[in-house]
Formats: sequence, structure tokens, C-alpha cells
Amino acid sequence: MSAETPHIHAEGEHGETLTKGGIVKVLVILLAITAIEFLIALYLAPHYAKIKEYANPVYILLTLFKAYYIVAFFMHLKFEKTSLIYAIVVPTLFIIGLILVLTNESHYWFQLRF
Amino acid sequence: MSTAVSEIDQVKTTPWAGGHSPFKVEYGKLMMWFFLLSDAFTFSSLLIAYGALRFSAQTWPGADKVFQSVPGMIESGAPLVFVGIMTFILILSSVTMVLAVEAGHRNAKKEVTWWMIATVIGGFLFLGCQALEWTHLHHEGFWWGSIPGKEKLAEFFDLKAAGVNEGTMALSGQQFANLFFTITGFHGFHVFTGVIINIIITINVLKGTYEKRGSYLMIEKVGLYWHFVDLVWVFVFTFFYLV
Repeated sequence: MSAETPHIHAEGEHGETLTKGGIVKVLVILLAITAIEFLIALYLAPHYAKIKEYANPVYILLTLFKAYYIVAFFMHLKFEKTSLIYAIVVPTLFIIGLILVLTNESHYWFQLRF
Repeated sequence: MSTAVSEIDQVKTTPWAGGHSPFKVEYGKLMMWFFLLSDAFTFSSLLIAYGALRFSAQTWPGADKVFQSVPGMIESGAPLVFVGIMTFILILSSVTMVLAVEAGHRNAKKEVTWWMIATVIGGFLFLGCQALEWTHLHHEGFWWGSIPGKEKLAEFFDLKAAGVNEGTMALSGQQFANLFFTITGFHGFHVFTGVIINIIITINVLKGTYEKRGSYLMIEKVGLYWHFVDLVWVFVFTFFYLV
């Protein structure tokens, strides 16, 4: 690319894209994870107390897996430049801060109310 | 006279020096990413507020008790079935969108058109399901600022759990209703705008706008938005229907 044309040729430069086979693979993974969630919610959690106890963290973990596959492959972020990946992923870490602050606060509300 | 350029006047070619974008994506696509990042913050704030209210409550309506009907088919006893169908529809419409993007890379106008139409249909199906779900809950008595009567409301709670009484049930039931309609409503609004945008883009594809432009990059941009809607649903589904 010459210095006079600094605009970006959008496609074809980062050669890696999702093939049809890859798309089907991600679809199968997403459906499988959802099926596992349903299996836990409908059969395992109601019948086994031990599983019910740990069900919520497992749901959240499985959800994060699904989110990874959607963002990385369907939204193509995995194949973008590292600087773009960091520009999008790092700011989302602020969300963890809000979660910590508000879960802490909510326990205080609980004490106040009951 | 020398034609040599002094060092400071040389055209910079490296990223971060102004030579070319360090992100190596087209402007509109980069802005779509940043918009989605801000939207992710909005949805996280809503979901975290939901979490905070739920953590500070004595009791909460059971998802398997509230959502156990398939509107028009099964009145009760089928927990999560209907939302399972909705999730399936949205994931599939995400897949048809990726297939449209993939066809766009090959400049295959016909394929792009059909996959976009499939995506729009998926979006409408999801919206239809959500309308049924809302109608069902509304008939049960839930709405912004209103809850079912005492006896009906008690059906949605685990009455054996500690701290469950009329007062806590009314409080939590109301919070649940407000949060459910606000958050799924905000998500549904995103699905709705996504469908509208997809329709506009499909018309442009048919008109040959992107064929003339030589690139179907616009499909990728609306694709990002559409996948984001799917992404948010994955979280809404977990926190309202599973947890």
C-alpha cells in the first residue's frame, strides 16, 4: 500500500474469515451450550440438591462461553487487529467494577430492609 | 536543488504515527464497534441493577413458575419451552446473518439477498414470540406498576422458603414485573430497530447499491448490530429465565 492511499481496503486484507463449515461449527457449539443449560434447569437442578447449589455459577460460566463464541466468531473480533480487540474488550472490564460495587451495596440494602 | 525531504516532512506510514489506522477497519465499522461498546454498558447497567434489587430481596418469583406456558398451545407445566424456542430463533437468525456476510465477501448478490430476508423473518418471529410472552404475562396481571392479586401472586413463589409473606411477595413481584418489562422491552426495541435496519439494507442490496460500491461492507456493519442483539439476549435469557 502506498503512502498516498492510506484508506483501508476493508475486505481481503485480513484474509482469515469464517467459512461455511466454521459457521456451522459455532452454531453447533451455541446450541449445545444452550441444551446443557436446559438440561441443568429442567432435569438436574430439580432432582439433585448438590447441583442446584452450584447451578447459578455454572449458568453464568456457560453464558460467558456463548458470549465468547458470538463475539469472537460471529462478530469476527478474533480475526481483527490486536489493537481493535483490546480497544473493545478492555473497557468492558469496567462492568466488573459495577458488579462488585452493586452486589456489595445490595447486601447493605438487605440489612436495612429486613 | 535537492529533492530530499527533511525528516520531519516525510509522510508517516506506520500506525499510531498517522500513517494508517491502527485498527485496520473501515471508519463506519469502527464506530459501530464503539457504539456497541456503549450499548453493552447500558445493558450491563440494567442487568446489574436487576441483580442488585434481587440480591436485596427476601424472595423472588420462580422463573419455572412464571414462565411455564407456550402461548396458544400449553397453558402450564412447560417451563422454559417457549423461551427455548425464542432463543433458538434468535441464534438461527444470527447464523443467517453470518451467512449473508459470508456471501457478501464473494459479492454474491442473490445469496446476500436471501440470507438477509431469512434474517428479517427470524427477527419478526422473535418479536412475535416476545409479543405473545408479554401478552401472557399481562393477562396474568403483571405490568409496569401492577401485579396479580394475592392468591394468584402466591402461585409464583416458593412458599416454603424463609421470609416469604404477603409483603415481601408484593414487593418482589412488583420489582420483577418492572425489571422484566423494562429490560426485555429495551432488548425488544433493539431487535425491532435491527429488523428495520436489516430491511433497509436488504432493499439497498436489491437496488444494487453495494454492487456498484464494489463491497458489501455495510452487511458486516448491520451484522455486528444484529449479533449484538443476540449477545444481549444470551444474557437476558440467563438472568431472567435460568438463574
